[in-house]
Amino acid sequence: MNRFAELLDRLAYEPGRNAKLRLISDYLRHTPDPDRGWALAALTGALSFKHAKGGMIRTLIAERTDPALFALSYDYVGDLSETVALMWPVDPHHRPNATPSLSDVVDTLSTLGKAQLPAQIARWLDALDETGRWALLKLVTGGMRIGVSARLAKTAAASLGDKEPDELEILWPGLTPPYLDLFAWLEGRGEKPSNTDPAPFHPPMLAHAIEDADFESLNADDFMAEWKWDGIRVQAVSGRDPEGHIVARLYSRTGEDISKSFPDLLQSLRLPAAIDGELLIMREDRVQSFNVLQQRLNRKAVTPKLIQEFPAHLRAYDLLAEGEHDLRGHPFEERRARLAKFVEKLSDPRIDLSPLVPFNTWDALKAARADPASAGAGQDAEAVEGVMIKRRDAAYVPGRPKGPWWKWKRDPMIVDAVLMYAQRGHGKRSSYYSDYTFGVWNGANELVPVGKAYFGFTDEELIEIDRFVRRNTIDRFGPVREVTHEGDQGLVLEVAFEGLQRSTRHKSGIAMRFPRISRLRWDKKPGEADRLETLEKMLAKLESGRAA
Amino acid sequence: MRAEDILVPTPAGVCCKRGGFHIDPVRPVQKALITHGHSDHARAGHGAVLATQETLAIMRLRYGDNFAGTSQAIRYGEEIKLDGVTVSFHPAGHVLGSAQIKVACDGFSIVASGDYKDVPDPTCTPFELVPCDVFITEATFGLPVFRHHDAKGEIDKLLRSVALFPERAHLVGAYSLGKAQRVIAMLREAGHDKPIYLHGAMEKITRYYESRGIDLGQVELVRGAKKSELAGHITICPPTAMGDLWSRRFPDPVFAFASGWMRVRARARQRGVTLPLVISDHADWDGLTSTIAATGASEVWVTHGQEDALVHWCTSKGLKARPLDIVGYGDEEEADVTPTEAEA
Repeated sequence: MNRFAELLDRLAYEPGRNAKLRLISDYLRHTPDPDRGWALAALTGALSFKHAKGGMIRTLIAERTDPALFALSYDYVGDLSETVALMWPVDPHHRPNATPSLSDVVDTLSTLGKAQLPAQIARWLDALDETGRWALLKLVTGGMRIGVSARLAKTAAASLGDKEPDELEILWPGLTPPYLDLFAWLEGRGEKPSNTDPAPFHPPMLAHAIEDADFESLNADDFMAEWKWDGIRVQAVSGRDPEGHIVARLYSRTGEDISKSFPDLLQSLRLPAAIDGELLIMREDRVQSFNVLQQRLNRKAVTPKLIQEFPAHLRAYDLLAEGEHDLRGHPFEERRARLAKFVEKLSDPRIDLSPLVPFNTWDALKAARADPASAGAGQDAEAVEGVMIKRRDAAYVPGRPKGPWWKWKRDPMIVDAVLMYAQRGHGKRSSYYSDYTFGVWNGANELVPVGKAYFGFTDEELIEIDRFVRRNTIDRFGPVREVTHEGDQGLVLEVAFEGLQRSTRHKSGIAMRFPRISRLRWDKKPGEADRLETLEKMLAKLESGRAA
Repeated sequence: MRAEDILVPTPAGVCCKRGGFHIDPVRPVQKALITHGHSDHARAGHGAVLATQETLAIMRLRYGDNFAGTSQAIRYGEEIKLDGVTVSFHPAGHVLGSAQIKVACDGFSIVASGDYKDVPDPTCTPFELVPCDVFITEATFGLPVFRHHDAKGEIDKLLRSVALFPERAHLVGAYSLGKAQRVIAMLREAGHDKPIYLHGAMEKITRYYESRGIDLGQVELVRGAKKSELAGHITICPPTAMGDLWSRRFPDPVFAFASGWMRVRARARQRGVTLPLVISDHADWDGLTSTIAATGASEVWVTHGQEDALVHWCTSKGLKARPLDIVGYGDEEEADVTPTEAEA
C-alpha cells in the first residue's frame, strides 16, 4: 500500500503527461504481481467498493477525536478524507508492524460484509502513515481524482512491453484484474492474451486539421466530404457471444466502455457490426446542440426520465466490421457504400447515415462549410462543427495518419476581451503567467469575467503577456495577479471560442466553449473591447437557431 | 509570585519589567534577548542584544555590523543575572544557535521557547527539555493535522525522483536559514554525494554553517552553472525564487518545497509545487503537545500560529492556557531574501 500511496500522491501533484507516464510505468515495473494489477485496475476505474462512504469515515473519526479539534482541522484542510488521514490518532509505539498491501485491501474488501467494514478500515488506518491513509480513503470511497485517465494508465502499462496503447486497448475488454496474463505478455514471459470479447473496441482513425496551404497539393476528385457533427465521437460495436446472443457495447474515442450511460441506444445495435459515428441528442428529428448533450453526459444516474428527455442517437460515419468481416482494409468509398446499405437494413430510428456533402472543387466545399444549411444540413446546420474530408481510397488506419483524413472546422466566434487576472502555470510554465481570466464590459460599464484561457498564443506572445502581467500587477492573491484593466490602460485579447452557453457559475451568466487567445491586440485600448450584450446576442442567435 | 510579575506580553513582545528586557521584540527596544536568527524574531535596531554566539553572527550576516548598539554572547546553560532575575539559554533544536530562554526569579520559572522542534537535525544542537512553571510555546503547526512524520522518508522521496527523472533539474524551495542547510545535510546523510547547487541568496548563511563545522559536502552556486549541468542535480533556493524568472534557467524543473506546510495538499497545490516534502523546523502537533506535557508547566502561553486549537487542547488537559496576541511572528518566509526579477 505504501508504494501505491506514494504513486497516487505524486500523480496528484504532477501536471505533466509524460512525467505521469513515467511515474506509473516505473511503479508497474518495480511492483510485484498482483499488487500492480490492482493498482492498474484502480487507475483505470475498474475497481469500486460499494459500502465505503464518507459518512462511515466521519463516524470513525468522530469516535477518536475531540470534536472541536476536528472541526478546526476540517475547516483548515477542506477535504474529509485528507483531514481524517492526517489527524487519525496513532500511537507511534504501538503501530502494527505489518502494513497492508494493496492486494490485502482489495481481497478483504471484496469479501467483507458491510457490518465488519468500519472496524477493518480502522485497523488499516492504524497501520498506515499519513499518505497511506489518504490513499486508502481515496481508494475505498472511490474519489481518486488524481488527473489520470484510463487511457494514460493503459499507455503506461503498454510501455512495459514497448507496445502501442491501441494494441492494449483492443485486448482490454477481455482482461480482468489483477491482469497477470497481461503483465506476463508485456514482460515477454507469456502469450498475448486473446480478446474473446464478441464486441471489441477498434482503435479509431483520427484526422489532421487542414491548413489553407494543404489544398494546393490535394485533388478534390480524390476526396469525399461529410459534416462534422458537434456531439461525441463513439464506436458502436455488436457481436454474438458463444451462445449466439447479441452483445452490444458503446465505446468512447479512447476505448472507454460507456454502454451503461446509453442503454437506449444500445438496444438498437441488433446486427453484428462496428460503426464509427457521432453520438447526438435528437428531438423531433432535429439534432440538438452540444449544450443539450452535455446535460445528459453530466448525470450519473440514467433514469427513464433522462432517456426520454435526452434521447440518444447515433449518426454513422463509417463501417469497420460487418458480421464476421473486418472492413478496415477496404477503401473508404466502399465502406461508405456498405454502411449506407447496413443502416438501411437495420432501419432503426435511432441510427441514421451522416449525409455526404456534394462538391467538385475546394471552393464549392468552402461555400458549403460556410453555409451548411443551404448545403444539405438544413435545420441541423447549427450542430455542424465543420466538414470532414476523406480520401476515397483510404483504408481505416488507427491513429492519426497524415493525408487520408482532414478536418476543416467552421471559423470560431471571436470577441475582444480585456485581461483581468493572470495565474502562474504548471510544469514548464510555472514561472510564467499563462492562465488568463478576461472580461467584457457590462451595462454598468464594469468589466465582468467571461472566461479563462491558457492556450492559443505562441511562445513569444506568452513572454510578452508575462512581461505585461509583471509590470502591471495591481493586486496579488497567492499565485494569481490582478492586472490593470481600465478603459485606457490594459491588454486587449482577441478570444476565439466554439460556442456559448448559459452558466450560473459565472457572474456574466455566460460560459464559453474552448476559449483560446487568438491574437494580442496591443493596438486596442480596453475601452474598445466588446460588450456583454454582444455575447448575449451571439448566444440568443445560437439558441434560436437550435431550439425552434 | 505570579507569572505576570516576571513577564508580561506587550505589543513589542514579551517583556520582563524587572530585568529590563524584551524577548524577541518585534520593534526596537533598549535590551533584547533573541531566541534565534530568523528575521521575524531577530530584528535590527535594538540598544543591546543578548543571544547565542551563532544567533549574533547570523544577525551580523543579515543586518551588517551595526545590527545593534551592543551585543553579548551567552552559552547554552550559562546563567546571567539581570536585575534580580536569572536568565539562561537552552537548545531549541530549531536552527543553528536557536535557544529557549528561561527566566527565573524566586524559584519560579518561565520558559520562552521561541521556535522549536523535538526531532533530530544534523545542523543544530538537539532540543533540551526545560522544566518550568509557565511555558511559552509557538503554535505554527498547532492543529492535529500537522504530523510531520519522518523527514528521512521525504529525503528518500526526493532522491527517488532525481533517479527517475535524471534529465530534469530538481529545485527545492527551502527557507534560507536552517531549512536549506538541514536539507543538504540530510541528503548527505542519505548518501547523496553529487554536488548540490545553491541560490546566491543563501550563500552567506550556508558558508557560515560550514564554518561552524557542519559538513555539507560539495555545494556550488547556480550562478556559474550551465543549464545542462543542472539536470540530474538538486538545487536549493528560497521558496519565492521558484515562481520567478530565475527558475527559467533550469531544464524542465521538478518543483519541490521542504516545509511543514506541505502536509496540507491545498497549500502545496496553491504554490504550484509538484514534489512537496514535509520537512519542518517546527514541532508538529504531537511534538507541541508532548513537549507541553513534559515541561510540567501548569500554565501555557501560546504565541504565533494556530493558537485556538492548542489552547483548547491545554484546557482539555486541565492546564491554564492563553493566546498571546503578538503581531509580527511567523512571517519568516515573507521576510526571507527575495531575489529580484532583474537577476534573471
